[in-house]
Amino acid sequence: MLETIGIRNTDELFEEIPSHLKVSGLEGIPQGMTEMEVSRLMHQRAAENRQAVCFIGAGAYEHHIPAAVWQLTTRGEYYTAYTPYQAEASQGTLQLTYEFQSMITALTDMDVSNASLYDGASALAEAVLMAVRGNRKSKSRRIIIPRTVHPAYRKTADTIVSGQNIELVEVDYDRASGTVQLDAIKQAAGDDITAVVIQQPSFFGTLEDVDAITDWAHQNNALVISITNPLSIAVLKPPGQWGGNGADIACGDGQPLGAPLSSGGPYYGFLCCSKALVRQMPGRIVGRTTDVDGKEGFVLTLQAREQHIRRSKATSNICTNQGLVVTASTIHMAILGPQGLENTAAACHANTRELVAQLSTIDGVRTAFNGPIFHESVLLLDRPADEVLEALIAQGILGGYDLAADYPELGSAILVCATELRTEEDMMAYRTELQAILAVETRHKETA
Amino acid sequence: MLIYEHSRPGRNGAPQAPVSKADLSDIPPELLRRGRAGLPEVSELQAVRHYTRLSKKNFSIDTHFYPLGSCTMKYNPRACNSLAMLPGFLSRHPLTPDRHSQGFLACMYELQSMLCEAMGMTAFSLAPMAGAQGEFAGIKMISAYHKANNDDARKEILVPDAAHGTNPATATMCGYSVREIPTLDSGDVDFEALQTAVGPQTAGLMLTNPSTLGVFERQIEKIAAIVHEAGGLLYYDGANLNAILGKIRPGDMGFDVIHTNLHKTFSTPHGGGGPGSGAVGVADRLKPFLPLPIVADDNGNYRRLTEQDAPRSIGHLSAFMGNAGVLIRAYIYMRLLGKAGMERVAEFATLNANYMMAEAKRRGFQLAIPERRASHEFIITLKKEASEFHVTAMDFAKRLLDLGYHAPTTYFPLLVPECLLIEPTESEAKEALDGFMDALEQIRGEARNHPEIVTTAPHTLPVKRLDEVSAARKLDLAWKAEPPA
Repeated sequence: MLETIGIRNTDELFEEIPSHLKVSGLEGIPQGMTEMEVSRLMHQRAAENRQAVCFIGAGAYEHHIPAAVWQLTTRGEYYTAYTPYQAEASQGTLQLTYEFQSMITALTDMDVSNASLYDGASALAEAVLMAVRGNRKSKSRRIIIPRTVHPAYRKTADTIVSGQNIELVEVDYDRASGTVQLDAIKQAAGDDITAVVIQQPSFFGTLEDVDAITDWAHQNNALVISITNPLSIAVLKPPGQWGGNGADIACGDGQPLGAPLSSGGPYYGFLCCSKALVRQMPGRIVGRTTDVDGKEGFVLTLQAREQHIRRSKATSNICTNQGLVVTASTIHMAILGPQGLENTAAACHANTRELVAQLSTIDGVRTAFNGPIFHESVLLLDRPADEVLEALIAQGILGGYDLAADYPELGSAILVCATELRTEEDMMAYRTELQAILAVETRHKETA
Repeated sequence: MLIYEHSRPGRNGAPQAPVSKADLSDIPPELLRRGRAGLPEVSELQAVRHYTRLSKKNFSIDTHFYPLGSCTMKYNPRACNSLAMLPGFLSRHPLTPDRHSQGFLACMYELQSMLCEAMGMTAFSLAPMAGAQGEFAGIKMISAYHKANNDDARKEILVPDAAHGTNPATATMCGYSVREIPTLDSGDVDFEALQTAVGPQTAGLMLTNPSTLGVFERQIEKIAAIVHEAGGLLYYDGANLNAILGKIRPGDMGFDVIHTNLHKTFSTPHGGGGPGSGAVGVADRLKPFLPLPIVADDNGNYRRLTEQDAPRSIGHLSAFMGNAGVLIRAYIYMRLLGKAGMERVAEFATLNANYMMAEAKRRGFQLAIPERRASHEFIITLKKEASEFHVTAMDFAKRLLDLGYHAPTTYFPLLVPECLLIEPTESEAKEALDGFMDALEQIRGEARNHPEIVTTAPHTLPVKRLDEVSAARKLDLAWKAEPPA
């Protein structure tokens, strides 16, 4: 090979690089390992993560995933394929993505979907940008985001849209119901509001009055951006059915549909919208068409929105998306089907109700809000949440998410969730341990 | 055939879901769904067979050579996947307290450190979930830096005209206007034009080096100096890192901030379009602005930094910790390669590219920049073939698919007419490179003698050329059940 190139050694390949800039070696990198050695290391590292029964949701949910889902997804033909720009050599990925778009639009009851964004939080950011581009009746670039929206989503949206002269207007929630009131939205809205964001179920698991908020927003020339857990809308009213005309943009995290918890990713963000907004959509979109013989086939379409064509005028800078997780999610939805998703969602709800009922019989535990919940709930403790959660984890229970940092006004509060994977025994164990921990602490307090 | 066409009412993969205990009586009926979602109803076997068959309609690294310029499609070792999918990693909830997640965080901390070393940067954040988000984070940090210095006049980001589309799109997303800098025929940036463009309005310059033209930017020190003298910062687009890994580091070239595409250089799979990871590294002065979370080592205890630790951070880019599972795969890959392996990456990638370039020349193909050394990729222009045989680069690309090769990147960079951007990577053996060159020669022969074979290719794939125009005009983006007659 060197001879063909006409050089004597590989150093000559780098002769155009100024020699004083070259490094002699990567001194800080450890020596390589064999697969056996790396395997040993990774098993050890995996074991250093404490295994516990998980009662945390807060945007990432532990669900059953059929064995077939990731066995198929990690087939080399999906796992090691490139972005389907060469359509004829990518019909597998393209058709699967079209099927994904079909399923997620059916679930959200929206007109169109893209092929995915990074995660639910960044999808919210893109939804906000899309609303600002798409709402020609509003000049204010002001977006209402209630505090019942996931705190990490609000932070992420702020990071991503803040350079573009957009104001995210926070609206507080009603302390009794844990929901945002329409009156509070009206008050914050002023004369001109570009869009209203609603999360259903809310971050607290409470249920917002989505119909009234959607209708009010539309009467006031504002778009509605919904954030939903895609599993929950197998039973809850999907964004496309909110109010008289449905939400305009529907986003969320696809994780509950086939992605393992995996420390927070890779998940995927879904983004759906009404037909009217399709040209404002960021990211890849797959369309069905025909080949020269009239045979059905699939291609990336509306590419003139995207960065590789439109450059600085693109709808977003996004290029790489979360294709492989979408692959898993599509297979997951196909295997579970509408009945399976409905049963799973209902079982999560039943388990969470059961858990909340059990735990709130304990002295020193009560529910934070009145009114209906779905799948997740806030509990108030009469001991500091961090200490209680730490004591629970020592007993092998991840007892919930501590809300102190994001909602200090709630005092000692935790967000709990029991998915379909939690058994009666899991919940009884949680009750027993929590009761014991609170009792011990009460005794300590009395003797002190 | 779509999965929906296998669907029959009432069919499902019954053992995969709990038996219904649907008591929704506590939820107000107006908040419940009207009508069941239109998802397919198939058996598990039908789903498995359908998606197995669909997979066979894909090209992939595991089945085909992918000499795809600017995208680095190298082999993805299987161990990276199976070890990243150990239950101890998969079942970890992202909100598990740090002290109970030391195994995961140790991997993340070491990955940050190895990236700092390999890139010559001071600190890294693994937060960005793809290259474009890494670019966003980088430009956002540049913006935060100028803001912290009360330097509000800098409204412009400079981008060479050969740059990836994500560069100008990112600058726009960060609120900057974009000024393009022309590229010379030699592949280097037009330095005189850059000199004219740089000024007090310059926030920074985004540069890929080696550039998208597959050559090393020889004036890099002069470029860094002139941008820095004007008060601007230098952004390194890491798409082409495979060309220099172990040979020269972006930090040593004068870059202030870089993103790496772990799904390119560090071999995490492309997955049919993602997920990726766009980890960002910075020099000292941008360290306070890095996106969160970052993993720190507090005397042997790893923990994620928060806003309290890093009040000037540009903030969060995702709900949790970016594409954690992708990061684990990159970590495993780096541990497998280690020091010696990583030092060899650029050497073999560049050797393969230069060998193919020499072969292309020997076989009479026209090179876009013949007088230069190729980096890890090079460009053939089919201008002559296009005018003589009326066969385009796209036709060549489609015919290559017939012959069992994924097409190189076509029509990018935009500066070179009828171009093929070819990147073999270090993974491929000489026989694969020769086979590809034979295929190109065969196609040129066909173009001369039977051009219709080339212009109507592909012939052997599941579909022939697809009608993209009508796909965009008559939008069919989701399957809908036929309304009942």
